[in-house]
Amino acid sequence: MTRRYHLGSTEIVYLALAGILLVAGVLVAVRGGNLFAQQNVSYMLTQTSLLGFVAIGQTLVVLCRSLDLSVGYVVALCSLVGATTMAGDPSRVWLGVVAALAVAAGVGLVNGLVISGLRVNPFIATLGTGLIIKGFLDTRFKGPEGEVPFGFQTFGYTRIGPVPVSTVVMLLVAAAVFVLLTRTRPGYHMFAVGGNLDVARLSGVRTGRVLVLAHVLCSLCAGVAGLLIAARFGTGNALVYSYGLDLDSIAAVVLGGTLLFGGRGSVVGTVGGVAILAVLDTAFNVLDVNPFFKDVLRGVIIIAAVALYARRQLDPASRRARFTTGGGDAA
Amino acid sequence: MTLTAETSRTARPWRERLLSGGSWTVLALLVLILAVIVVINPSFAEPMSLMAFAKKTAPLVVLAVGQYFVIVSGEFDLSVGSLVGAQVVIAARLMDGDEALTWPVLGLMLVFGLLVGLVNGLVTTLLRVPSFITTLGMMLVLFGAIRLWTGGAPTGALSESFRVLGRKGFPDVPGQFQVPYALLVALVVVGLAVVLMRRPFGRSLVAAGDNAVAVAYSGASVWWLRTRAFLLSSFLATVAAVLIGGFAGVTAQVGQGLEFMAITAVVLGGVALGGGRGTVIAAMVGALTLEALFTLFNQLALPSTVRPAVQGVILIAAVAYAARRRRT
Amino acid sequence: MHLLLDNYQKIPRLVDMRADDDAHAPSPDPVLRLRGVGKDFFGTSVLREIDLDLYPGQVHALVGENGAGKSTLMKVIAGVHRPETGTVELDGAPVSFPTPLDAQHAGVATVFQEFNLLPDRSVAENVYLGREPLRRGTVDRRRLHADTTRLLDDLGLTGITPWTRVGSLSVAQQQVVEIVKAVSYDARIISMDEPTAALADQEVALLYELVRRLRDRGVAILYVSHRLQEIYDLADTITVLKDGNHMLTAPAGEVSPDRLVSTMVGRDFAGFFPDRPADLVPGEVRLALAGSGNTMVDGIDLEVRAGEIVALAGLQGSGRTEIAHGVFGIAPFTRGRMTVDGQPVQVRTPRQGVRHRLALVTEDRKSEGLALGQTVLANARLVLDAVLPRASDRRARAVPGVLTSLDVAASTVAAARDAEVQYLSGGNQQKVVLAKWLVTEPRVIVLDEPTRGIDVGAKRAVYDLMRTLTADGAAVLLISSELPEVVAMADRILVVRDGRIAGELPGGSDETAVMALATGAA
Repeated sequence: MTRRYHLGSTEIVYLALAGILLVAGVLVAVRGGNLFAQQNVSYMLTQTSLLGFVAIGQTLVVLCRSLDLSVGYVVALCSLVGATTMAGDPSRVWLGVVAALAVAAGVGLVNGLVISGLRVNPFIATLGTGLIIKGFLDTRFKGPEGEVPFGFQTFGYTRIGPVPVSTVVMLLVAAAVFVLLTRTRPGYHMFAVGGNLDVARLSGVRTGRVLVLAHVLCSLCAGVAGLLIAARFGTGNALVYSYGLDLDSIAAVVLGGTLLFGGRGSVVGTVGGVAILAVLDTAFNVLDVNPFFKDVLRGVIIIAAVALYARRQLDPASRRARFTTGGGDAA
Repeated sequence: MTLTAETSRTARPWRERLLSGGSWTVLALLVLILAVIVVINPSFAEPMSLMAFAKKTAPLVVLAVGQYFVIVSGEFDLSVGSLVGAQVVIAARLMDGDEALTWPVLGLMLVFGLLVGLVNGLVTTLLRVPSFITTLGMMLVLFGAIRLWTGGAPTGALSESFRVLGRKGFPDVPGQFQVPYALLVALVVVGLAVVLMRRPFGRSLVAAGDNAVAVAYSGASVWWLRTRAFLLSSFLATVAAVLIGGFAGVTAQVGQGLEFMAITAVVLGGVALGGGRGTVIAAMVGALTLEALFTLFNQLALPSTVRPAVQGVILIAAVAYAARRRRT
Repeated sequence: MHLLLDNYQKIPRLVDMRADDDAHAPSPDPVLRLRGVGKDFFGTSVLREIDLDLYPGQVHALVGENGAGKSTLMKVIAGVHRPETGTVELDGAPVSFPTPLDAQHAGVATVFQEFNLLPDRSVAENVYLGREPLRRGTVDRRRLHADTTRLLDDLGLTGITPWTRVGSLSVAQQQVVEIVKAVSYDARIISMDEPTAALADQEVALLYELVRRLRDRGVAILYVSHRLQEIYDLADTITVLKDGNHMLTAPAGEVSPDRLVSTMVGRDFAGFFPDRPADLVPGEVRLALAGSGNTMVDGIDLEVRAGEIVALAGLQGSGRTEIAHGVFGIAPFTRGRMTVDGQPVQVRTPRQGVRHRLALVTEDRKSEGLALGQTVLANARLVLDAVLPRASDRRARAVPGVLTSLDVAASTVAAARDAEVQYLSGGNQQKVVLAKWLVTEPRVIVLDEPTRGIDVGAKRAVYDLMRTLTADGAAVLLISSELPEVVAMADRILVVRDGRIAGELPGGSDETAVMALATGAA
């Protein structure tokens, strides 16, 4: 077997991002616009921050060969918890933040325990908790509620040059997760749990704890996204769950080169995946594409990305080949 | 040799049967819920109320049977809800109340439904995309494409003859007792599904959910088995769309969340996620139980918004219960 | 008998590394001592009264046929199984390891055949998984790499760097990383289960080198292998197991290869195998391969005639199963010609195999042969349902009769419609697998380890079936590691080694001759 040099997943993501930027920039220019005008860049970056938080969290659970379909509902729930706790009172901002994050952590804890303790398929478990939260939200809240003090709304609107503060915070969270994954034991163990649960356990990794931690962190990230929503709208809003953040975050994670079956991936790739989706979104806006077309495209992109990565997977059996196949088509 | 172990399976005590988490457990649950409803509201036991209940439940039963085929083969189909929505919207827009177009449009819906199932199946089996991703993607595509086509809000109207199956019954005298056509459709679907599962196809399908390798090494084309399951699911979603369109008419929300309802019903019936275990009847009983539970909540004057929460609890509890059973 | 010994002397040694007797005189105290160890599975004893002493700085070879109890013994030492009887002493103190992890921390490491590595992580990350060195709360990557480098250097492993992704290493290097991981636990005892099984010849040298260095460092090594050459190249002491019994322990220099082989094999099976019918003359060629090959096997030529039983003998991993998979279209041949009943055929899927009336009873009935949660009947008609749906109902009526003819108890046959296969004994499960093929009336039937893990009565039923099939004009290709079975049942024996057919022997040949061909000792 000859060994060829394979581009790493992360490199491919950023190459794709550059390519898409180029194509989108040209398309917009042909129509007489400028994709890189300040307002477009700001819009693009604003788009990255909301999805970014959720996708960073999703990366952690997907790395552990799990999944979180409840993130959209957690975002909505936390926007409401934060906004109603703050109740327009600047002195209660921190209380609101803490309350929202505590609720998020609680949901993550439940997800993690149901999956690792009760051995419920993560897809079903998080779908279940998501539906439970949806039921609560639909019953308890009829519309936007709570009020976010002006001071906290700056989290949603302030920019440093063209860069929104929220994007900076998102990148800081990404950096923190990067450190977690590449410099700490729990991070190392997440790769192990996702790569092969038995190997991890036989090596002394406390697999249950690792999984619970990943889910708590994932929900916390969604909680931050909820606070960002509250800061932007000035209130909490239950309808945020219909934004499709759950699927978009999985799409971003998969686009970013993280294996859907765990054990391989990076948060850097995820940020690239988020950026790709944001660029597409911005370009469609500028080009005035029907918003429903974006749904179609999202669906196609997520399927295509997973299918492509499924092809890239090496067949472990082929490594053991004793003889090359005839006709020179080496596996 | 190991005679005791081999025969004990068939002669289990009734208590174990009821608590084992299989179809008997959910049947007992259904009876219990119906009994509670009747205690709260004795008029529910009257034939006309029961028929109304059957009419309302029929689409979910049909969808649950479709989902059953997919789940028992080891996959998921999350696209059925948006397929139902898409089919109703397509029907309304294309026929726009014109009776003459009823049958041609029905034919087109059939072709469209099968096409969706074929894509789901082939992408899942040949491109090896996990089915929940495939069908989630399909859900998004259908959702977006239909709104793209109609410009956001559904237009047109369903013809009267189209709506007969979902709305009318036999004998067709208003205010009198009647057997809804929807009930008949559901019974035919369940009956045919039971027969199909006793055919070579059905047995191979369940076996593929149990051990795909063994089935492939026995000469089956597992990809085609599973693709046919997706085709059946999409076909039955189309049938359900006809019933739901007839029953409730065209709205922008039609079909929303039905995929989760169907999965909840199937899981509640004790059909194992990952495949290989469970019966059509169990899936049907699961659907009936879920609807009965919602009826009970209505009786208790609980808001309909708690439904998703109940679904969530049922999903987790049913799967956790099955996982506990398998471990011991 | 002397033939084997003579041949052995001619084998070029890869590396001569038998311990120099003076340099490695056994220290008086064994580091691990087993006394009277016995292990039962479901009432069947698989190990009886095993005594074993492992000394520091010695390689102790554990040999025996498949099913002799080697793997079970290793798993007892590794803490996977707990023995029913007997004691395990580490440094003179009795121990009992609740989990493999506890054994590992006590310095008892095991390298199993299945890889226990994460292919997407680096060598260093794999070696120190669960014990990553920390510095101020974060993983100290410098030390992680330094420690790994030191381990690799100590063992003279220059071709592997700590930051290499394990998935990009060769199989041999991965095996080495596993051993390095074991060493990193300061293991004083390392058991290796056929570490060379998956390796090509040139890769074996790497492993030899590593074993020698470990021994020089005072590690006690328990080495399970089938290959005679390896055993004599590496071992100081040899222990032979047979049918769960401890047959022999002696210094390697005192056991001649032919004595070793004859201690491993040879059982009193007089009258156990059905006689070869004297009047049966093989008919026309049913299955023929000419120059067939794929990535796992090459240049396979064979013929099986109607009424003939041809055995494929050889070690596990030699390519026997791959030949069967090639014939049946699971991993199709990419070269050569295949004919069935004289007609050239292309079999690219099992479905096409069934259509040509081939049958394959797979090696692992639980993962490849049966849908365990389904009923006996559903499994017995699996092939009919899959390939011949129209005729399925009619032909499935034969199932009870076929099961009965295979000596399945009447009560089990009666419950076939309701009883799930998973609740059956191993023997009855195997009979269900056989039944699912018999109802298709195959012309060529390939049996891959058909008697593995089943009771004596069921074995006899399988042998009788083979005779019945051939009497009816079918061709049987038997793959087996059980030498007595191969020798007694087959008309001709083809020995497979390293993906090629190494030679042919007539039925009834001496078991040692087969073993010699298979191990490369001849």
